[in-house]
Amino acid sequence: MSRPTLAVWKFASCDGCQLTLLDMEDELLPLAGTIDISDFREATSAVVDGPYDLSLVEGSITTPHDAERIQEIRRNSKALVTIGACATSGGIQALRNFADVDEFTRIVYASPQYISTLATSTPISAHVPVDFELRGCPIDKRQLLEVVTAFLHGRRPGIPATSVCTECKRRGIVCVMVAHGTACLGPVTQAGCNALCPSYDRGCFGCFGPMESPNTGALVPLLRRLGRSDRDVERLFHTFNVGAEPFQKAVEHG
Amino acid sequence: MAKRTIVTDYLARVEGEGAMTVQLDGDRVEHVELRIFEPPRFFEAFLRGRSFREAPDITARICGICPVAYQTSAINAMESLCGVEVPEPIRMLRRLLYCGEWIESHALHVYMLHAPDFLGYESAIELARDAPAAVERGLALKRTGNDLMTLVGGREIHPINVRVGGFYRVPTKPELRELVESLERAREAALDTVRWTAGFEFPERIVDCDLVALEQPDEYAIERGRIRSSAGLDLAPSEYDEHFEELHVERSNALQSQLRGGGTYLCGPLARYSLGSAELSPLAREAAAEVGLGDECRDPFRSIVVRSVELVHACDESLRLIEAYEPPDHPAVQVDPVAGTGYGVSEAPRGLLYHRYRLDADGTILDAKIVPPTSQNQLAIEDDLRDVVARNSRLEDDVLRRLCEQTIRNYDPCISCATHFLDLQVERK
Repeated sequence: MSRPTLAVWKFASCDGCQLTLLDMEDELLPLAGTIDISDFREATSAVVDGPYDLSLVEGSITTPHDAERIQEIRRNSKALVTIGACATSGGIQALRNFADVDEFTRIVYASPQYISTLATSTPISAHVPVDFELRGCPIDKRQLLEVVTAFLHGRRPGIPATSVCTECKRRGIVCVMVAHGTACLGPVTQAGCNALCPSYDRGCFGCFGPMESPNTGALVPLLRRLGRSDRDVERLFHTFNVGAEPFQKAVEHG
Repeated sequence: MAKRTIVTDYLARVEGEGAMTVQLDGDRVEHVELRIFEPPRFFEAFLRGRSFREAPDITARICGICPVAYQTSAINAMESLCGVEVPEPIRMLRRLLYCGEWIESHALHVYMLHAPDFLGYESAIELARDAPAAVERGLALKRTGNDLMTLVGGREIHPINVRVGGFYRVPTKPELRELVESLERAREAALDTVRWTAGFEFPERIVDCDLVALEQPDEYAIERGRIRSSAGLDLAPSEYDEHFEELHVERSNALQSQLRGGGTYLCGPLARYSLGSAELSPLAREAAAEVGLGDECRDPFRSIVVRSVELVHACDESLRLIEAYEPPDHPAVQVDPVAGTGYGVSEAPRGLLYHRYRLDADGTILDAKIVPPTSQNQLAIEDDLRDVVARNSRLEDDVLRRLCEQTIRNYDPCISCATHFLDLQVERK
């Protein structure tokens, strides 16, 4: 039986999520021994044509050419998994969705006519069906390994959709909001980082995006009571997952 | 001889999306270009209206390989504008975190991206089948860098523990001491890396452009410094814009830097080493001398050896910083915003990273400019490519294409970083 094939694709992004694969220093060589890496340009110049059993997709769609390219990748992939906030919700570059992108181009580039870009930065799921979305800015190494292993064995990945709060409780971390009055998005943010920021005495700032049915309507008034202005609260929600509606509209719903 | 065009549509083993085209007419090089098609993400535009305290977390997202560089240059700009100098233990922790990034990034480039070129493999994974011990040594080195970033920064990609004024939580002495053993092993691995890479075959190449790197008295400049060049420039970060400018060319979503009035320059390991090798740790200097590197190195192919020497230095420096560490009284000092313009620089693994921010009195960013090393090196890379092609034009297409790709990888270009930029009035010059 031939070995399963893996491909890794990049769209608008920082490269950090695919770097997570190379950051699995202990698992990389054993993993490479059980699969065939067909296309992973950051790691290898050897390229094998599809179809691919599993495609990992990093980055968001921001150009007409990329909107075409993702269709081709979908056609060639048995399973397609997005990795990270850019691919899953449009990333921080989705801040352009709420601004005038022509003005953005003029601010950054001397010759805007050379630049080909869409007015929006959109997640992969806005363009093609996606089999699983792995959250995080960046993704978590252990979760990535779980997802790759699950897909190669034909089972659903065991990735919890609960909030960061549950991770704090499990780790016995004192609540930074209750005990120190620190603004924290933990109650509405999906778990996966193992409550990293609270463990460093910092409030969660939402890298993993909104959890399932987040109660932002209850959290926003609490953040205001901690002395946060509407502008501060909006800044807190409008970062790497601004493209996810519950975060995008948190202030108006709170 | 007929006209021929050599194209690589999608460069592998670099960070980000780029392509290369070389056109030859017989032996004559007609045209060389490094095309950057990585889509723009407009960081400088959406930084406008954000709080100055958000700049480190937001700009980290420009690059997953060197986020600490972005965080540090942003923080340097904000703190210098606001008149804050952090206590020495905080500065030392920043330097330690930055050393972690150098170890991680250099080990990635040396072993996973660059070494396969010299040894005739398509990837480190393929190389590992024939030379498992070497690749495992590289992965162990890289993991040590990541472990250091994870302890001090919270995680290796986009660390969460960094803020304007200091950190959220600082490590205890015993926590840092736990890293000593693996750093000592990493230092041995780095010494082996210098010997290993120095044994590769190198075509003889010298680049003669200006070299630009930071300088700091009595240390190998990493997280701060003045801007120095081989032609004698010696500048405060606030003088950068007076001496360097950026151009926007059609083939690239990245701006290209040059010295004002024309003039290509190079930053990164070759520049740092050539301008500052005297400040390397004694062990790193010894390792360089043992393989005959000399006090300066202008050979891009040997940049892999220079990166390896910097790996020795970063491990050595980390051990020194851990040994000397006394936790600060507070993890951060208070920083109140000041209206005005702040300038920050640091030495990203790939070279000088410049940030400039204009703030209003409540700390809202009015304007931002970020110049990553790969933008600054782009013209030097193309010049080098042109010269390499001219000297090797008789090679067959496939062999020449591989040599060209290797020439580009010599500079460890980070295309994700390079895509996005700059400021209207500068561009119109």
